[in-house]
Amino acid sequence: MRATVLVRPKPGILDPQGEAVQSSLRHLGFAVEEARVGRVVDLELEGEDPERARAELERMCQQLLANPLIESFEISVAAE
Amino acid sequence: MSESRTRPRIAVVVFPGSNDDGDAVLALERLGADAFPVWHGEPDLPAADAVVLPGGFSYGDYLRCGAIARFAPVMGAVTSFAGEGGLVLGICNGFQVLCEAGLLPGTLRPNASLSFVCRDVDVVVERADTPFTTRAEQGQCLTMPIKHGEGCYFADDELLPELEATRQIALRYADNPNGSVADVAGVVNADGNVLGLMPHPEHAVDPLLGPTGGALVLGSLVDAARERTFAPA
Repeated sequence: MRATVLVRPKPGILDPQGEAVQSSLRHLGFAVEEARVGRVVDLELEGEDPERARAELERMCQQLLANPLIESFEISVAAE
Repeated sequence: MSESRTRPRIAVVVFPGSNDDGDAVLALERLGADAFPVWHGEPDLPAADAVVLPGGFSYGDYLRCGAIARFAPVMGAVTSFAGEGGLVLGICNGFQVLCEAGLLPGTLRPNASLSFVCRDVDVVVERADTPFTTRAEQGQCLTMPIKHGEGCYFADDELLPELEATRQIALRYADNPNGSVADVAGVVNADGNVLGLMPHPEHAVDPLLGPTGGALVLGSLVDAARERTFAPA
């Protein structure tokens, strides 16, 4: 089963990477007001139970994939 | 315990990607400890009076600095050791590992400048009453090198006032090099037995090589480890 985790800097958290990206995009002539840079983790999971997978992914995010102090996460499990 | 043993034993944990473990061992030896490396894959800590997590790039800094190292087998033993009041010092990457492991509050983020910073900095001792700072005086300025890309200490609006109130900010930069909140250079846990700092005391112990501010930090740790071990019962 395929799943994707999106990890983002929480709102209000300074994101110097996003600022650098925004500034570069503006230099290229794009009208970008803000950019925030996060992370995508694509996973291939064993098992076929989406509910169970969600619960596991939640724990993966809490323990390792995100730092809850500064990052939020979003889980999606691909429909078969 | 044998009469001849007066040098405290200090374990220096080596993760894959640690690169300041050798300097940490040398500096601690010089300051009067028996320091020895412990591989991260060990499930237990050998008998030690203190533990140092050294600088480097454990697990290539993948995901977030320290995020993977905190699950190394030896970290379970380090967490128990700290929980029993054992002295634990995390330097640079070691500080990041301690934050990820929840042994210290807050977290370390990419420098505000996004640049890797490598230079000597002045660090003000905010507390001289921790086991890591007794050789210094409150308000004293220690010069030590920093070399990091992710040393920007972050605590949110709830945590920061709490840390100020409990005086857990043990060290502050005189001139903030990385965007850390409240100029934080080093933080202790609530019980005061765990310190993490971004500057490198182990690189600042020999006058031949530059500033020696680090000797006061590591020397304090050696004193504290010795005291705890050899104090009359």
